[in-house]
Amino acid sequence: MTQHFNEMYDGGRVREPYARLEGWTNAMPAELRQMKQAEAEQLFRRIGITFAVYGEGGDPDRLIPFDMFPRVFTQKEWRKLEAGIKQRARALNAFLKDVYTKAEIVQAGKIPAKLVYQNEAFERAVMGFVPAMGIYSHIVGIDLVRTGPEDFFVLEDNCRTPSGVSYMLENREIMMRMFPKLFHENRIEPVDGYAEALRRTLASVAPAKCDKDPTIAILTPGHFNSAYYEHSFLADLMGVELVEGPDLFCEGGFVWMRTTEGPKKVDVIYRRIDDAFLDPLCFRPDSMLGVPGLMDCYRSGGVSICSAPGAGVADDKAVYTFVPEMIRFYLGEEPILQNVPTWQCAKPDDLKYVLANLPELVVKEVHGSGGYGMLVGPKSTKEQIEAFRRKIEDDPDNYIAQPTLALSTTPTFVNEGVAPRHVDLRPYCLVGEKIELVPGGLTRVALTEGSLVVNSSQGGGVKDTWVLAE
Amino acid sequence: MLSRTAENLFWIARYIERAETMARLLEVGARITMIPQAHGDGYRSEWESLLQASGTAKGFDAKYGDPVQRNIESYLFFDRDNPSSVISCIERARENARIVRTAISGQLWDVLNMAFQELRQLERRPRSELELTDLTEWVSRQATMVRGAIDSTLLHNDGYHFLNIGFALERADNTARLLDVKYYVLLPSLDFVGSELDSYQWHTLLRTLQSHRAFHFAYGGELSARKIAHFLILNPQSPRSLITATEKVTYHLECLARDYRKSGLPQMRARALLGELQKATVEEVFDEGLHEFLTRFIGEVSGLTSTVFETYLSGEAR
Repeated sequence: MTQHFNEMYDGGRVREPYARLEGWTNAMPAELRQMKQAEAEQLFRRIGITFAVYGEGGDPDRLIPFDMFPRVFTQKEWRKLEAGIKQRARALNAFLKDVYTKAEIVQAGKIPAKLVYQNEAFERAVMGFVPAMGIYSHIVGIDLVRTGPEDFFVLEDNCRTPSGVSYMLENREIMMRMFPKLFHENRIEPVDGYAEALRRTLASVAPAKCDKDPTIAILTPGHFNSAYYEHSFLADLMGVELVEGPDLFCEGGFVWMRTTEGPKKVDVIYRRIDDAFLDPLCFRPDSMLGVPGLMDCYRSGGVSICSAPGAGVADDKAVYTFVPEMIRFYLGEEPILQNVPTWQCAKPDDLKYVLANLPELVVKEVHGSGGYGMLVGPKSTKEQIEAFRRKIEDDPDNYIAQPTLALSTTPTFVNEGVAPRHVDLRPYCLVGEKIELVPGGLTRVALTEGSLVVNSSQGGGVKDTWVLAE
Repeated sequence: MLSRTAENLFWIARYIERAETMARLLEVGARITMIPQAHGDGYRSEWESLLQASGTAKGFDAKYGDPVQRNIESYLFFDRDNPSSVISCIERARENARIVRTAISGQLWDVLNMAFQELRQLERRPRSELELTDLTEWVSRQATMVRGAIDSTLLHNDGYHFLNIGFALERADNTARLLDVKYYVLLPSLDFVGSELDSYQWHTLLRTLQSHRAFHFAYGGELSARKIAHFLILNPQSPRSLITATEKVTYHLECLARDYRKSGLPQMRARALLGELQKATVEEVFDEGLHEFLTRFIGEVSGLTSTVFETYLSGEAR
């Protein structure tokens, strides 16, 4: 049995960041806890923070389970994470600029051309075009797991439209509302600067043709999208318009919003829709979500799109393997955060190893997300493993494999009281004129005992993430 | 403001006003069935006339056929197949609000969202436990809270004006339709004009509009078709009269014109309609024929709504 690092208890001893929380849970009788839990749910529902899943039946306004037990980092731990994340975000952006312009990293033989140029997320349409400040991915969500006091691993980079930041902010709001005393007793770094920082970031990448205060808009697929709450929440916090494709049109090389007072120019679009839907003239002609002519405006410098079309080529699970190499190549630095050792089934030797060791490995689809299309070897039956083996053999290029990490656990409220559950972490790094991230992130927790899958679509929950002030 | 946002706001108000009208219609129907009927058809024709008034007769026929109270309650209150039912209106108002969360206050969202949540609870309870009066009062209370939240927590900017334009246009339309129904449907035959039944029905109509007390304050005790028509059409003190609704539309359109520094067709049409009502007398209305007058008014309101849509809500304005 693997020994999992418990973030609160080191043997019988409470680790320092959690020191003040032991008294708090001990003093909370079961009834009070249940009352608070119900109160939290009521608050989420009232505010309307729901994860709408339309077309799947059941409750269209599903709540993501919220665990009241916070996850805590010390200032020192956070500084290391912060430095590592910023470093990674810089390298990923340098990589994107390179592959769409000079392709030096490919010519230097550091990454196979095939992985980049035959990648589904690679956009030929933006080849040679450099967006404002040379930034492609403006909000980088980096998924991390922990296996020991000093050991953090990057699980995955999200360079397109990482979601969940509204939970980071709302979890905090609700915790502060329910447990004000906890916040008096603990010195917790605030996260509410996020919206302001996001706005600053977006404004800083306005296109050259924008000569006054840039107008920013968030482009959403619409209110049926599961992350719609987040889109409207961010628009609200930043005081910018939340638009859908049909609200916009292109004319004279610029993008305009349809307003009650006539057309208004939009300079920066924070899009929460995929590349394929951005512009029916350039990508999928059947899409009604985007704006006809948008890509022409983009390429002629009439509008900035965040993240840039084509940014997805950097967050592919196969490209992931090369991020440490990117850090060395572009920044001349050693990576601060480690990658999880990864086998690429596209390589014959790796494939052989993977097939021989399936019961010990986690296998993922290169383009998969949301915890779908993956095999967690140690948690699977023989039949499941054999079924997956056939899928890998049929299309090895589509899979990567990683060892099952001994993920850390944090105390979590469960029916019986408090019990350790596995967690991961997604901080959100903003890349504009400055690179910044607020002290915190979204901690996802696998609510089922022993489970390693934290995705909300797979029954995972969320919890508040604290960074203690010095 | 985005044209689509303005349209969503406009519809929040219309749906809430419509939900309230539906609930009131149901209430008045139930009241009518509590008095002895003077004519042979019994309750049946009363309920039918209510379905006519709500514009839902066709849909009801197709689904239920037999207009008994229980079916009508279900159809007008809980049926999602009926786009005008209370539940449809409240769900759509809330959905429109969800889409424009950024343009409304937390309090307004709270009221709409809570109404939606409570309605879902109500829906799950056995129908036999639900008193009709409780249901209609519940709707009235929700509508009042929505208006309260709008008036006390929203910036009085363009969004506020679009909401109020929605309320006023829907109200103008609803009052006109209710009046029209009274005159041509509720009364089984002209013989009843001036009879006890006639005055009871006028009274019931006032009740539907929750205006019976206001009426007595304004006119003293005696009910007559002339006075009631005056009250509901031409009296600017009456909160649901056609003239009050038209004044409100005009006022909020003028506010928009002032804020946008641009006046246009909607303002012109609204002013013209208001001017006509200000000059009109009850005699003239009856001379034209109440039904003819109301039909023309409903047409004017619909024309005005179209110009509001084209000018502000369609996104085509340049």
